[in-house]
Amino acid sequence: MISAFFIFNQKGEVLISRLYRTDFKRSIADVFRIQVVSNPDVRSPIITLGSTSFFHVRVNNLYVVAVTKTNANAALVFEFCYRFINICKSYFGKMDEESIKNNFVVVYELVDEINDFGYPQNSEIDTLKTYITTESVVSAIQAPEVSSRITAQATGATSWRRNGDDVKYKKNEAFVDVVEVVNWMGSSKGTNLRADVDGHIQMRAYLSGTPECKFGLNDKLVIDRSTVGLSGPSSGLADRGGSDAVELDDCQFHQCVRLNDFDADRSISFIPPDGEFELMRYRATSNIKLPLRVIPTVTEIGTTKVSYDITLKTTFSPKLSATNIVVRIPTPLNTTDVDVGILGTGKAKYVPAENVIVWKIPRLQGGQECSLSAMAQLTSTTTRQVWARPPIDIDFQVLMFTASGLIVRFLKVFEKSNYHSIKWVRYLTKANGGYQVRVSVFLS
Amino acid sequence: MSQPGQDAKFFQRGKIEEFRAELHAAEAKDKKFVKRKTVLKKIVANITMGTDMSPLFPDVVQCLGTPLLEIKKMVYLFLVSYGRSKPDQIHLVIPNFLQDCNDRNPLIRALAIRTMSYIPIPVVTEALSDNLRHALKDRDPYVRKTAAICVAKLYSADPRKAERGGFVELLRDLMLDSNATVVANAVAALSEIGDRQDGVIFKLNLATANKLLAAIPESSEWGQIYILDSLLRYVPERHADAEMMAERIIVQLQHGNSAVILTTIKALLYLMNYMENRQLIDYICKKMGPPLVTLLSSGPEVQYVALRNILLIIQRRPTVLKNDVRVFFCKYNDPIYIKLAKLEIMYRLARAENAKEVLAELQEYASEVDLDFVRKAVRSIGRLAIKVEAAADDCIQALLDLIETKVTYVVQEAVIVIKDIFRRYPGKYEGIIPNLCENIDALDEPEAKASMIWILGQYASIIDNADELLDDLCYTFLEESTEVQLALLTATVKLFVYKSRADKAKELVHKVLKWATEEADNPDLRDRGFMYWRMLAINPTVAGEIVLSEKPPITTDSDRMDRGALDQLLLHTGTLGSVYHKNPETFIRNAAGKALKDSPALNAHSRAVLIPLARTQLPSIAPIVVAGPGPTERSTEPQTQSSSVAPSPPSKTDNDTDLLTQSQPVPTSQNSSSNDQDEAEDDEPPHTRQANNLDPYSNLDNAFGSYLADEPRPMASRRHAEEDDLLF
Repeated sequence: MISAFFIFNQKGEVLISRLYRTDFKRSIADVFRIQVVSNPDVRSPIITLGSTSFFHVRVNNLYVVAVTKTNANAALVFEFCYRFINICKSYFGKMDEESIKNNFVVVYELVDEINDFGYPQNSEIDTLKTYITTESVVSAIQAPEVSSRITAQATGATSWRRNGDDVKYKKNEAFVDVVEVVNWMGSSKGTNLRADVDGHIQMRAYLSGTPECKFGLNDKLVIDRSTVGLSGPSSGLADRGGSDAVELDDCQFHQCVRLNDFDADRSISFIPPDGEFELMRYRATSNIKLPLRVIPTVTEIGTTKVSYDITLKTTFSPKLSATNIVVRIPTPLNTTDVDVGILGTGKAKYVPAENVIVWKIPRLQGGQECSLSAMAQLTSTTTRQVWARPPIDIDFQVLMFTASGLIVRFLKVFEKSNYHSIKWVRYLTKANGGYQVRVSVFLS
Repeated sequence: MSQPGQDAKFFQRGKIEEFRAELHAAEAKDKKFVKRKTVLKKIVANITMGTDMSPLFPDVVQCLGTPLLEIKKMVYLFLVSYGRSKPDQIHLVIPNFLQDCNDRNPLIRALAIRTMSYIPIPVVTEALSDNLRHALKDRDPYVRKTAAICVAKLYSADPRKAERGGFVELLRDLMLDSNATVVANAVAALSEIGDRQDGVIFKLNLATANKLLAAIPESSEWGQIYILDSLLRYVPERHADAEMMAERIIVQLQHGNSAVILTTIKALLYLMNYMENRQLIDYICKKMGPPLVTLLSSGPEVQYVALRNILLIIQRRPTVLKNDVRVFFCKYNDPIYIKLAKLEIMYRLARAENAKEVLAELQEYASEVDLDFVRKAVRSIGRLAIKVEAAADDCIQALLDLIETKVTYVVQEAVIVIKDIFRRYPGKYEGIIPNLCENIDALDEPEAKASMIWILGQYASIIDNADELLDDLCYTFLEESTEVQLALLTATVKLFVYKSRADKAKELVHKVLKWATEEADNPDLRDRGFMYWRMLAINPTVAGEIVLSEKPPITTDSDRMDRGALDQLLLHTGTLGSVYHKNPETFIRNAAGKALKDSPALNAHSRAVLIPLARTQLPSIAPIVVAGPGPTERSTEPQTQSSSVAPSPPSKTDNDTDLLTQSQPVPTSQNSSSNDQDEAEDDEPPHTRQANNLDPYSNLDNAFGSYLADEPRPMASRRHAEEDDLLF
């Protein structure tokens, strides 16, 4: 298990150091600094020297590092690092050198609490916040009765939620955000090499008491099941049921969801944590609706020029629009200057530092298209530099649209005190860094 | 009211004397203990920065009287850091600890035993023992779950004492606790103890395993991992037991924590060895695929762990992810370690049906910038040609296109794989030899050079100017690496056999033989030189038959890890060992090895290839102590090899849960000769194997030379043994 836990800044200075076991001294940190921080070519998140292994995760120029001398569960170690990062973000609003240094005493309390002898312990933020706080006023020694409530929660079956009596809202509200990250790799010939959706459903629950929630999606397996009773699975009805239902390749749930229920009838039932949490993650690969189409034509003219013609089309309904579109078009490494012209909306400029043309379009309505044409001037070089022809990358967001076609059918909230609750659902599809089309260069 | 902390200013190196003075000053007129808090923060910041603050021990301890939890926690942190180095002063704090152990507040009680157990020196453990016994039966579950881990700490400090104190039994009782968190921590502690070479053996019987399973839904995600992990300590006696258990845990595959998923998969893979129901096995395999793919949406670190594991899983259970090669296509901005891992999986999943797609991807990668990645992509194209006959033509064309680019490292890789393709498909692609010969000058790496030389020698009869080319290459014979020298030696002999009439060939072979036998220092080279020389001298015809004898065909079978080794490695799914594809005992000192345990339910094939646990250990060496900042510590001798007599567990109580048994059954591998075809997906018949095959991976490296050179691995293998342990 984890023997030591560190946070380093970019210079390799130790911001937090906690030894859980006696098999290391603090100076083991120096080994990490030499092997990883000052090594320009780190090619693995795990480094093993002798029997000692360093696991590291980078976040905002910080290194979160766990050290072990055993055959540790690598997935667990990384999940622990991720969780720690999330806890810090929740406590301090961000996770960077400044926030860690400014709150190092709390961080030490946290690392003592969420890990014992290298074994991760309760790390539910909602619970932690009841007894580890940034306000020193509250950290005065609490009454034993209060503590007992806390300990019951920290070790209980619903460790993610405070005792029902402690949660009170005037207005019971639940916000559901369905966020889909759509990944696409288009070949230079215009075919789809891969299209998939990583979805996650983020929930903000401001519900009094201990509410029991039931959540329904247009999950193909659920809908098929309910239509099977009406007609045979092969009949037209079932097909129709399937046409607006989505086929999820896989779902993963927050700790609070009863997996046995899901396994039995794919129902999603749970007692939510108070406040914001990720209810589920899912993956879909069939019938992905790609909101944007990109048609690139790249032509090398001799050895001194490359011309670009890029057309962007939206494929969704005119009622919706894509926003914050950023198209990044790589240029050869020996580009000196680029002339850009745009048909339609947006602004484009050449960023020499990154060797890309950045084309920003604030908004593009459904069914519209726009295009860019550019001419890159190259310096003539004697040695041919290797240019990997990176793909064109497009980032964007489309509100009230899901690339997978997923819809929230219902969210039912039950609580014994029979109260009203208001539910809100939003959909967002976005691409960040994974929506790409490869280019092939034509010679002329 | 929550104010962001403003404590960054305390990260300044300070002097012991100043801090001491400030602490003394704070004793008077310290409203709300603000001053003390400030000094303590400075001290903690200095500990963090690596300054030795231990001289402040008596002064800091004085602060324990302050009724402020924040201060208490800082003092405790100080004690955890320096307590061990102050055995003569630690008695000062014992009364405070004892008081806290009996506090009415459960959080304080837990904090006290947790902190005490972090200071493994006799004075403290002595004081802890009694309190720990109470804490293990505390009415508050939080205290009990903390106490469970304390036992593991106590055990690691002094195993025999912990056993004498009856703590192991108390821990075992906690496995039946009503609170799932307590159960999970008890399991974690027992597992830690059971993994020690001198520890009490920890095994589960069916009843207890079932009880643990029942605790899973109520456990925290970490607790679920500890419990799932412990299922490997249960050996199913009947197929039905294994099947029932798998059905109960399979729902955990839907959990959001990747470690829960991988540990569930580990347990499922393990249990499948004891199953009979083919349908269920297929079902489980089908269920494992999607969660594994979903792990690829996690952070890159978890993706990496997942990919390395997938590579093992698909070798053992080929139906898993069989149709999902696309999800392993590399993204342009994937970190390099992920790209390399994906490439390997793509190759494994390549079949005639998807070879075209895979090849198109590989060609794309071959034009990227990262050297390692490009080389591996090029090499994969060649391996694909060898693996999938239907794709061979396209692969060859792709390699020729790559050679056209004249990028040196691409050309070199291409030459290396083409050599193997020639061997795989004799008489089919020799027509491309002229394309290769054009690029001889580009080759500067030994492996590529040696491959080219092999081609020249092997096909000297159809290469008109082979003699000239070899002659050119021989100019630098004495400066070449052994690999190239050996290749040149053999190639010139072949040339001579083909063209024994030609003066040039005669002259060349003579020159090389002379160099090899008279000038070379390498004994292999010299021996081979003598051998050829004598063969040619005694009977040139027979020599020719020997040198040009038919070569065994190259297949890709040999780069698949063998079944027994896989079964064993998969017991470590999700762990470091699975990332490196090495059994932990081979690279981690004192790591516990694992082996499948024989039982009536173990399927016959698994039994036939079972690799019994070798009780080998890394050589024991004296610890190297490097003086670093910080107090000097009591150095512990590395555990010497435990005697074969298992340590007897303290006073074996005979109750219904027989968890701790004294003897460990040594699996016998050769007691079954029934050759059931247990696995449709693994169609090789169970071959008889030597009981003690020392190196189960021996056939891994054959077909592709140093192909695995860039495999991730622990770095120790390249270093001196003395540096093996980092005792800083």
